[in-house]
Amino acid sequence: MTHIDKSDPASVVENVSRRAWLKGVVASGSLIVAASALPRGAMAAWKTGADAMPHGTVSDPHVFVAIDKDGIVTIVAHRSEMGTGSKTSLPMVVADEMSADWSRCRVVQAPGDEVKYGNQDTDGSRSLRHFVQPMRQCGAAARLMLEMAAAKRLGVDVSEVEAINHEVVHRHSGRSFGFGELAADAAALPTPAPDQIRLKDPNSFRYIGTGSVPIVDLFGITTGTATYGADVRLPGMKYAVILRPPVLGSKVKSVDGSAAMKIRGVEKVMEVKGWDWPAKFQPLGGVAVIARNTGIAIKGRDALKVVWTESPHAVYDSDTFREEMLATSRKPGKTVRNEGDIDAAMKSAARVVSAEYYVPQFAHAPMEPPVATAWVHDGMAEVWAPVQSPGGTHDDLCKTLGLAYDKVKVNVTLLGGAFGRKSKCDFALEAALLSQALNAPVRVQWTREDDIQHDFYHAPAVERIEAALDGSNKVIGWRHRNVAPTLFSTFMPDPKYQQPLEYSMGQVDLPFEIANIRCEVGEAAAHSRIGWFRSVRNVPNTFATQCFVAELAHELGRDPKEMLLELIGAPRIVDPRKTTVDLWNYGDPFETYPIDTGRVRGVVELVAEKAGWGRNLPAGHGMGIAVQRCFLSYVATVVEVAVDDKGKISVPRVDTAIDCGFFVNPERIVSQIEGAAIMGLTVAKHSAVTFKNGVAQQGNFNDYPVVRIDEAPRVTNVHIVQNGWDVPSSGVGEPATAPFAPAFCNAIFAATQKRIRSLPVGDQISL
Amino acid sequence: MITLSVNGQEHSYDGDPSLPLLWFLRDEAGLPGTKFGCGEALCGACTVHVNGEAVRSCAVQMSDAAGKTVVTIEGLDPHGNHPVQRAWRAVNVPQCGFCQAGQIMQAAALLKQTPNPTDEQIHTAMAGNICRCGCYQRIEAAVRTAATGV
Ligand code: FES
Ligand code: FES
Repeated sequence: MTHIDKSDPASVVENVSRRAWLKGVVASGSLIVAASALPRGAMAAWKTGADAMPHGTVSDPHVFVAIDKDGIVTIVAHRSEMGTGSKTSLPMVVADEMSADWSRCRVVQAPGDEVKYGNQDTDGSRSLRHFVQPMRQCGAAARLMLEMAAAKRLGVDVSEVEAINHEVVHRHSGRSFGFGELAADAAALPTPAPDQIRLKDPNSFRYIGTGSVPIVDLFGITTGTATYGADVRLPGMKYAVILRPPVLGSKVKSVDGSAAMKIRGVEKVMEVKGWDWPAKFQPLGGVAVIARNTGIAIKGRDALKVVWTESPHAVYDSDTFREEMLATSRKPGKTVRNEGDIDAAMKSAARVVSAEYYVPQFAHAPMEPPVATAWVHDGMAEVWAPVQSPGGTHDDLCKTLGLAYDKVKVNVTLLGGAFGRKSKCDFALEAALLSQALNAPVRVQWTREDDIQHDFYHAPAVERIEAALDGSNKVIGWRHRNVAPTLFSTFMPDPKYQQPLEYSMGQVDLPFEIANIRCEVGEAAAHSRIGWFRSVRNVPNTFATQCFVAELAHELGRDPKEMLLELIGAPRIVDPRKTTVDLWNYGDPFETYPIDTGRVRGVVELVAEKAGWGRNLPAGHGMGIAVQRCFLSYVATVVEVAVDDKGKISVPRVDTAIDCGFFVNPERIVSQIEGAAIMGLTVAKHSAVTFKNGVAQQGNFNDYPVVRIDEAPRVTNVHIVQNGWDVPSSGVGEPATAPFAPAFCNAIFAATQKRIRSLPVGDQISL
Repeated sequence: MITLSVNGQEHSYDGDPSLPLLWFLRDEAGLPGTKFGCGEALCGACTVHVNGEAVRSCAVQMSDAAGKTVVTIEGLDPHGNHPVQRAWRAVNVPQCGFCQAGQIMQAAALLKQTPNPTDEQIHTAMAGNICRCGCYQRIEAAVRTAATGV
């Protein structure tokens, strides 16, 4: 059997196109979607925002499916694989709909080509949510084409045959043809019209919903043969690292590379171009060292003497900035949601409870630091890189190098983690620019220090919440002010305020039944590159709102879970669109994905029951709970902590319940949520990148610690709400990160009576 | 000229002897299964066996690797069927997979020394290997599975 999945991406493309029977599958440089392509969005059971994304969706089997004469089915994965499992799950949807036998299917990664494949921006927990329907349509269309080919051969009506387990069977006679036998005839057929295609009854799925299919790269990963960003080696390739400006906005003033050039194996020291800020995903510039291998390039870089120009961002100091944000949060900001009359509610309140929360700036630190290989030659550019947005990378390469669409190829390797970092393709652009300058293939490797000191960071935030209580302790008013530099500072000069996309992640979409609500955002400048990190603004917003609910409960002597359910109120649809400035619903229609408090309650009640909320705990233990509607899924977490007499915190148990609509691969949902508990614990306990004089003060896992196996939760239990096809699929990769930190800090309070309002917890409670 | 054995084959290196073994393996010997995660012996992604012991290849200079026997993930088992590799697949450990070569090499060394490790021994031995995706629960389960046989 040919292992098309393990060799380097270039030869994969070649292999498959040679064997492909459906013309055009993964053929390089093909720009035209077959004219018979399904109309975009056809047959959708529910409407998503997929077609509003650049290049929308494509579901044509002529684009995604190939079968060779031996019956091996090759299915294209067009989204990037960074650990969520979508490279397995989406092709599996195609296979299930086409009645293929998974053991005879192969998956091949598409290069960046959104014109052909539809949107490839693997971000925003969108892969399954936006593509489960197009991939079902694709598989169903392929099945019909195979059935039509068989019916024609038998001279019977297509209704008399049926695809079952990799063959098409004539019901009456029992005659059958394998997919391989039918391949050529089926391939010659045009894609059937949407009204001809019949989706399967979800009860007949063989793989979807079972969690029985391991990820396609499992063998490659466990044998070291899977290809990641740094694993592509081209003949004559140069190895480069870059010294980037320590302060955002600085440029090279002078370079002394003489000591570096004396190191055996260093080949060249050269200045590389940087862009003026804001520069979207363009490189920072700096000084590159080229050497015979990466290790020597790093040694050469250590020997560089570079003088940098001044930058206005040298004023950036994290402590001062925090104080400034705090001061801003104590003044009225820009109102982004206004419901009822908060001023009157505050005035009439019997008492007002308030709290201020802080979540620091931090870095993604995917296990694989950014890295890319590029070869720019003869008016063409080819790149191999672990990018979340191969289509966006393709477009940025065209723009940066001044090349036409069909002169650029982006090969997508496996991503060694990403979490939002690799949505930004600066590292791929660096490699391309260096390759162009050196007229040779170049690999640019970021070190861990580069990664932590030059990230597109998760922005620091101050959140201030005030609640007005009436004489009977009912919450009658809620004011939430949120101050943080906006990620739009990466795209536009001085936008000053967070935008709808940010405040709609956990601030204005508050699902509470409170008569008077006002949400405000405060002005803040960005002095470093701001990006998005798993769960994005849900991280600080959920931390603030869910810790605050527990604080209110304590103030009122109530159980935190009961308090939470009371604030959520009765099952209903909350519609903040009329009271909000441009509510962003994760880019999807509100009608498909309303804010359903019945489902918010559902996951709270489910997780509480499963975790044994309220059970007797050993001394020093405590439980905390938090819930969030995040990337259109509903997710609630109960964390149990144990705090010893020195204040050392461990986590004996985590329970998370998720309601993510119709789901495809529960086994990967479980792994995402187990992982989110670890990442959530890292955010809660450890993560902070601080700046002094504009320079990041951390650089590696010694001063930017992440959770290791010995402090990981002892067990994470995952509870998935069962849904039918009538409940639209929603996000999985990101949601569970958000409720972890507040559930954890609420548990610490339950165990110690110490309230954490500032992350990371660090040694705040050590005795 | 430095010579060493990697996965049963003789290799030689004529460059700067302070080069970390990691970069020789990845960039010169064409064995990219060993990963770079930190360069400072902090993450374990680069773990290989040198004379049978798990070491961080980013912290071993070529001059110290001279004459030694190195095994990387590519050479752990000729068919990729070492009990630890089988256990990793049985438990579906990986998410992104980037840390897993280092995890597997570390676990294989642990089990060779301590065939039936306690939870605490597993934690101690594996604490140098970071998994940013957070597969620890399954890593622990897979080490146990490998210890008891798949
Ligand atoms: S790369 Fe060697 S321990 Fe991290
Ligand atoms: S699986 Fe991604 S870092 Fe371990």
